Amino acid sequence: MDGAPVGRRVFLGMLGLGAAGILWGRRAQDGLEHVFAGNPVTQLLPTGGRFRYYTVTGGFPSKPAEKWRMTVDGLVDRPFALTFDELAAMPPTALTKDFQCVTGWRVHDVKWRGVRLADLLDRAGVQPRGTAIVFGSFDGAYTESLTLEQARRDDVIVAYQLDGKPISSLHGGPVRLYVAPMYGYKSCKWLESIEVVDKLVPGYWEVRGYDQDAWIGRSNGRDDAPV
Amino acid sequence: MAPLQVPEEPFVPRFDGVERALHWANATLVLTLLATGASLYFGPLSEIVGRRALVKNVHVISGLLLPIPFVLTLPWPFARSLRRDIGRLNRWGDPKFNKGQQLNAAFVAGALVLMFVTGLMLRWPDRFADDLRTGATFVHDWVFIGLLVTVAGHIWLAISYRETLRGMWRGRVSRDWARRQRPGWLAELDADAGDSSTSRTRS
Repeated sequence: MDGAPVGRRVFLGMLGLGAAGILWGRRAQDGLEHVFAGNPVTQLLPTGGRFRYYTVTGGFPSKPAEKWRMTVDGLVDRPFALTFDELAAMPPTALTKDFQCVTGWRVHDVKWRGVRLADLLDRAGVQPRGTAIVFGSFDGAYTESLTLEQARRDDVIVAYQLDGKPISSLHGGPVRLYVAPMYGYKSCKWLESIEVVDKLVPGYWEVRGYDQDAWIGRSNGRDDAPV
Repeated sequence: MAPLQVPEEPFVPRFDGVERALHWANATLVLTLLATGASLYFGPLSEIVGRRALVKNVHVISGLLLPIPFVLTLPWPFARSLRRDIGRLNRWGDPKFNKGQQLNAAFVAGALVLMFVTGLMLRWPDRFADDLRTGATFVHDWVFIGLLVTVAGHIWLAISYRETLRGMWRGRVSRDWARRQRPGWLAELDADAGDSSTSRTRS
């Protein structure tokens, strides 16, 4: 063995593995996700099945729940602002559903808890002219939008709990949107305003080329399993 | 009576200036990449560090600079001992390096190439099919973990065996250390020195 070009073999072997990883990594990633689902090592190792944290502003804005306020206004009969406690006092909805990002990662069986967006809209009383919703984030930059019909679905909630815990700043807390059947960019983080409008306004990523109707598996050229 | 001896130099040269310049330039870039990469990657750390746009820019720029120290040294005439040492790292059981150092060098070299290529794919994803992007992320993630462990081990060993660190910092090691740790290499070195002095006498 002495004198053999072991260094070169290791080097070329790594390049070979790396090329295989680029070509078939997606399948390997899916496999690992299932093997390690729910296992705490997913927080440290790239086994998939974990959240990746995105922000468009360069920071993770944080606001304590006591200071958080959200407005629901626009084309409504009874515009209002509400506090975290008021939101938490409304009839809750719990969902256990996957979170699928348009960049490919998916977190299985996330436990969400919040208030149905439809309930908040009903409380404000949407006027007949109102056909779409614009969401605003207290990061000062992010926006999202849904049609009124999409917003009224049972699996669209204004969430304040994730996996049994308050939603951390990384995850967009204290309150974020969760639009279960659509890619993650729809689930506006650091939510602070809900405005009813009469014309759909493309959100932050939609202006940058992503699909407005972001159905998982049926948009953005992807074929993920629907949620 | 003891035979008359020329007093031995207490130090012997191990790495020349070119090799050390490359090592430390590369180390600076790799440590910057690992630190910024970790702050982008590990959630709780991201939250503490913040300033994501800045961290990301530093990461991307350091990544793009990564080949520069190699390009500025490897192909040039003044890098002869660098190229010879790469040959020594390659040949299993060479007396200058132990097998751990040889494996470390080969692994890090492979890892840096992979990180550079997948890094480019992640920075300019529009040119690549969705599957390949996910594959590139997969490779970038796992090689990152591998590098983190390897580089931490490398630094730990350098600190534990201080003389090797001095060798890379000052370019020379004590003859004592070489005699104990790398006797084959020291013998080669002394033989070379003998040769060159003979050849000098001859010329």
